[in-house]
Amino acid sequence: MNETTIVEPAEDLHEPMDDHHGDHDDHHPSDGDYIKIAIGLGILTLIEVGTYFESVHKMPEWLLYVVLIVLMIVKFVIVGLYFMHLKFDSKVYTWMFTAGMGFAIGVYFIMLFAQNFFG
Amino acid sequence: MSAHVAPGMPNYGHNTNTGMSNAKLMMWLFLGSECLLFGALISTYMLYKNRFNDLRDGIPNSGTAPHDVFDIPFTSASSFVLLMSSLTMVLALSAIVRGQEARFRGWTLTTVLLGSVFIASQIYEFTVMVEEGVGYTTNIASSAFFSLTGFHGVHVTIGIIMLMSLFVMNLQGKLKQEHSETVEIVGLYWHFVDIVWILIFTVVYLFPQ
Repeated sequence: MNETTIVEPAEDLHEPMDDHHGDHDDHHPSDGDYIKIAIGLGILTLIEVGTYFESVHKMPEWLLYVVLIVLMIVKFVIVGLYFMHLKFDSKVYTWMFTAGMGFAIGVYFIMLFAQNFFG
Repeated sequence: MSAHVAPGMPNYGHNTNTGMSNAKLMMWLFLGSECLLFGALISTYMLYKNRFNDLRDGIPNSGTAPHDVFDIPFTSASSFVLLMSSLTMVLALSAIVRGQEARFRGWTLTTVLLGSVFIASQIYEFTVMVEEGVGYTTNIASSAFFSLTGFHGVHVTIGIIMLMSLFVMNLQGKLKQEHSETVEIVGLYWHFVDIVWILIFTVVYLFPQ
């Protein structure tokens, strides 16, 4: 029968837990890691905004789309993996979220194609 | 069945078929469904963003498109504020997991403050847009824009209310270290509204018009 127990947090979150399970990453980010990740996200945002001003200087439109989409996906994945703990949690959560997102992307891409959005 | 938990997180020993928290599973399922909601709103905006006929006079393209009145530097700043609120949210979770309740309350209040700044900036932006002739019913493009950003704003507001609830519950002694999964679940919602804004900011504001 399962009992409710409290897993004592390690003083250093990098220490592996005694009851850790083998199918997830044991390295849980520290507060310092989170701050570094946030700084990285801020830099990516600055680059994104920079493309807006670059567009004033006639940057090729296809390049602008590529850069913005790549940066958007990178930021999305970083927040999902680290802030939402998908990297350290059960893969079931990842599949559940990815399935919803994949379904949404698929459905709405089909809708946009049907409406001749892409020409 | 043994419970599956991330290191440092409370082990509730879930008596479930999956060995995982049902509440957390429910939140992830909910967020998956929210992808469909925001997918609909974003794709609708993409479809209609160039349809800015003024509905009042029926003359083609006589109206003002939302993208004509965007203030990119201002919106960039508010986007950065929302992004940083994700950091403070995860720091709040980290604090409650360690049992540092005062620090948890501090980071939670900071997250609420940053979220409120974002909402205030959105309201200001909407006010300016209306003053410049782009309102909710001006044209199809503006309707799509305000529907999308308005829905997102409502989600952020609900997140702020949930965070304030956590703060009050902790003050009342009802939210302690062993309840940190509740904070984690609210955090998942908050991070989701942040990543949705990452998509909206790029697609709506930064994509070439």
